[in-house]
Amino acid sequence: MQRLRRPLLFLTVLVIATAGLVYELLAGTVASYVLGDSVRQFSITIGAYLFALGIGSYLSRYVKEGVAARFIEVELATALAGGLSAPLLFIGFSQGKFFGPLLYGTIMVIGTLVGLEIPLLMRILKEELDFEELIARVLTVDYVGALVGSVLFALVLVPSLGLNRTSLTFGLLNCAVGVLSTFVLADVVPKRALLRLRITASAIAVILVAGLVYADRLTTFAEQGLYADPIVYSQQSAYQRVVLTENPHSVQLFLNGNLQFSSADEYRYHEALVHPAFARAPRHSRVLILGGGDGLALREVFRYPDVEHVTMVDLDPAVTNLARQIPTMQRLNHNSLSDPRLTLINADAMAWLRADGRRPFDVVIVDFPDPNNFSLGKLYTRGFYRLLMRVIGPDTALVVQSTSPMYARKSFWCIARTMRSAGFSTHSYHAHVPSFGEWGYVLAMKHPFEPPTQLRVDGLRFLNDATLASLFIFSRDMQELPVRENTLNDQQLVAYYEHEWSLWN
Amino acid sequence: MASRRDALRWIVGAPLLARSLAACGGATPRAPHVQGELLGQSLDVGHRVRDLGQPGGPSLGDFRGAPEERVKLAIVGGGPAGLSAAWRLTRRGELDYQLFELESEVGGTSAWQETGVAPHPWGAHYLPLPMKENVELLGLLGELGALDGVDAMGEPMGSEEMLIREPEERVFYGGFWYPGLYPYAGASEDDLRQLRRFRAELDRWTRFHDAAGRRAFTIPRSLASDDAEVMALDRVSATDWLAQLGLNSPRLEWLVRYACRDDYGLEPHETSAWALVFYWASRTVKPGHDTRDLLAWPEGNGRLVKHLRRAAGDRIRTGRVVLNVEQSEGGVTLRMLDVTSGRPLIVHAERAILATPHFVTRKLLGLGAGELEMGYGSWVVANLHLESRPVERGFPLAWDNVPHGSEALGYVVATHQLDLDRGPSIFTWYRPLTGRDPADERRRMLDTSFEEWRDGVLTDLAIPHPDLGSRVRRLDVWRWGHAMPQPRVGLLSSASLRRAREARGRLHFAHTDLSGMALFEESFDHGLRAADELLAALAPPATSASAVEPT
Ligand SMILES: Cc1cc2nc3c(=O)[nH]c(=O)nc-3n(C[C@H](O)[C@H](O)[C@H](O)COP(=O)(O)OP(=O)(O)OC[C@H]3O[C@@H](n4cnc5c(N)ncnc54)[C@H](O)[C@@H]3O)c2cc1C
Repeated sequence: MQRLRRPLLFLTVLVIATAGLVYELLAGTVASYVLGDSVRQFSITIGAYLFALGIGSYLSRYVKEGVAARFIEVELATALAGGLSAPLLFIGFSQGKFFGPLLYGTIMVIGTLVGLEIPLLMRILKEELDFEELIARVLTVDYVGALVGSVLFALVLVPSLGLNRTSLTFGLLNCAVGVLSTFVLADVVPKRALLRLRITASAIAVILVAGLVYADRLTTFAEQGLYADPIVYSQQSAYQRVVLTENPHSVQLFLNGNLQFSSADEYRYHEALVHPAFARAPRHSRVLILGGGDGLALREVFRYPDVEHVTMVDLDPAVTNLARQIPTMQRLNHNSLSDPRLTLINADAMAWLRADGRRPFDVVIVDFPDPNNFSLGKLYTRGFYRLLMRVIGPDTALVVQSTSPMYARKSFWCIARTMRSAGFSTHSYHAHVPSFGEWGYVLAMKHPFEPPTQLRVDGLRFLNDATLASLFIFSRDMQELPVRENTLNDQQLVAYYEHEWSLWN
Repeated sequence: MASRRDALRWIVGAPLLARSLAACGGATPRAPHVQGELLGQSLDVGHRVRDLGQPGGPSLGDFRGAPEERVKLAIVGGGPAGLSAAWRLTRRGELDYQLFELESEVGGTSAWQETGVAPHPWGAHYLPLPMKENVELLGLLGELGALDGVDAMGEPMGSEEMLIREPEERVFYGGFWYPGLYPYAGASEDDLRQLRRFRAELDRWTRFHDAAGRRAFTIPRSLASDDAEVMALDRVSATDWLAQLGLNSPRLEWLVRYACRDDYGLEPHETSAWALVFYWASRTVKPGHDTRDLLAWPEGNGRLVKHLRRAAGDRIRTGRVVLNVEQSEGGVTLRMLDVTSGRPLIVHAERAILATPHFVTRKLLGLGAGELEMGYGSWVVANLHLESRPVERGFPLAWDNVPHGSEALGYVVATHQLDLDRGPSIFTWYRPLTGRDPADERRRMLDTSFEEWRDGVLTDLAIPHPDLGSRVRRLDVWRWGHAMPQPRVGLLSSASLRRAREARGRLHFAHTDLSGMALFEESFDHGLRAADELLAALAPPATSASAVEPT
């Protein structure tokens, strides 16, 4: 054992560094998974971790005696905190309201512990190596560990084990290294302390193994905990996590945890999206829908007998397949995705417009997710609207879903302003959709126009001519305010959006 | 195997190699499945210029009895400088000229390629939006549709499709990508203070105007001040200048080293402080404002070349290497070879513009000691054709992606300006060969095999992108032997550099080398100046031709 002492201690550094990075990545991933993917979210997580590492190293100076025993204690604590971190975060998010404190608390604890470990270990090794060699070796192994951690994480762990099991497995590995250290460092740790440490380690191992055995149940439990209603379908597509939930009264679709619709009130959202544009456009024979893969807007479009052809461009085949094949969805969208008048294209809308956007359509419906990152934000830029002009004729009516004028007032008006700067005439309007709150849209044409006053269809649940006219009236707290426009080279909207929604979440 | 490892160490640097070696259990990435080619300028053709009159090389005797042609005006070199001169002549209605280019395509160091999922650059890849003073370049950009109105300061704005789309740049530091270039994560209070101090110094130079009202730093250089206070910066290296300011923050030193290598292919201790300050101050309208937005196209500055090429049309003759240029009574004689057939050709012109790199111009005219000599660095550029995008950690993929701690400069993404955020892409990787003797580096660059370059590039990128190797379908490598002139301390303020721009009899000179720095704007400025000189000299005797024609 003594001959192997040094290699084993370096192995310890490797495991600590690898595990430390894996825990950090786990926390970041869980955070973006449950809070939505935002750059800001991610930066804060990393910042907190780096900060905690610093605290850890600083604290190490207060460890005066029994360095070896303290080192093993810290290792075991890391094993417990890190190993349970992902399950804890999931359960915490699903059960309570205090996810923020829990997330940063977990990160700080793990970061501090990892930050403590390396300096303590260096002090143990100091006796045996000269200083420069020590620093060089420890840092090399530390870097390598970080590298191994990131490679493993992206390529092997998350795809094959999932978040919870990755977390628990690394906890166990940490724990094993702790036990190993009790042997390697046996000569510098008092006998009684050794026994205590080994018993603690066994207890931690039991907890983590139990976690592993129940990991599957934990995962469904945790994911289920994110949603109010039972999950009837969930899938990880190439682009996003798609989850369908159902209760006795309604069905909900979530993409990356964001509610897309609830069947209880989606008719309000989709009637308000589709019918004002149809009321404005003199012809309806050719219709283009960008986004809208759930088929609900399409259901409204097919109310008009003069619709001859619809082209729908939606990025994710997982969503359009779900909407076409799952009976619950077919019932909701009246099987609209199987209508022979539909041409469905799975592509990025901007790339499609550039390559194939040639002939004008009579009505164009743009229904993208909200602009919470750059690759969605580009679909709300002046550059995008200029491209869109390619499919706009003199009489085409265009509508764009444009987030909430109440929760994200600047974002909402930024979209209209950007459309005007691309050459559109616009009228903004809004509707109340209880699942979302006050929701907004922009109706636009190439030339100045009056808002529509008369629907061209009967039998709607939400709209009649009187409510149609009222949609275009804004209360004082939602009225237009000065904003900058959103361009490809300066995505002001993503900044507005992040800021405004962070005030409500 | 030792030699392969030596090559890798040379390409990626020892510290980085150690990290990836250790990570992969002693083996570096090998990617035999990744096919590709070694590319570069036609070296053997270029060497004929070098070897003219040498044993084994071509000799003037070979031209006896060669076919002779007559043209009013000749331009030698089809890089941005030569093409800009041609563009000027065309726009001024002077159509009786021919442009001779050695390669089979024009473009020079702004070369590009149109294969794979997107056009991609081999050299120059962006252009900062000019300020309002650069009227001529704005004219060109107007033709290209790259402009869109003016801002509140009256400065031109770029068209949205050609400005770099957000996110523009990011840096990989400590395992994560962050927005911007400066690694803010973990920066200490002192690091940030030094960064502010550095910016304040740049602001001082942005604000500076000389007695004649000229700015200290402008693009093109020809509009800038030559005040002694400004030119004093050319007498210290960037490293010494930082030391004089008391700046020694490692992060700032990294940023400065990155800038020197990125713009000039030099280490900071070799780079003129003037050149360093120029990089920022010439692109900032007023202190406190951001540097000018950048224009970029998938094919890089190839877009500009394509536009200029259209103006010259069929007056361009590629595959013609000029070996010798001689002035005689009433004209200029150019001796050249047809590259494909090897046949000699003599062209007589009234006047000529030499838009060749200065080391070539020296050979063509047989210039000797006492005339300007400058150094050139080598660069290697690789284009990686990816099947899919790597897994990301931190800030999302940007146009320019710079890993801190790498000896290379990272990569730009060809699909970025096509608004494609998913699926296949092409990454263009840049590595200036700095640090040691340029001639040794050049030789070593040429001796390194394709496999070594390929594995070196993948090793370099494995730190930020461990999964990249499995996503690369093809990887081509371009070697630039004389990539860029080096603005070493003293060159930019030297009298010999100034003299090298002056016409000699019936010969006019245009090339970015004449500015001592490699930039499209400088090539363009020299191209226009040379064309204007030439047009003035052709003008009827009523205007005083002798002023421009010292014979
Ligand atoms: C890797 C790299 C990246 C760069 N990135 C940028 C960038 O992002 N932005 C930027 O502005 N600049 C960049 N540059 C600088 C670039 O050099 C200039 O933008 C510009 O291409 C210089 O043009 P030029 O016409 O002055 O010279 P060159 O491009 O050198 O053109 C000279 C031409 O003359 C031809 N020629 C040479 N000898 C003969 C002969 N004997 N007979 C006939 N023809 C001959 C050559 O084949 C060549 O076509 C970069 C350069 C490199 C190498």
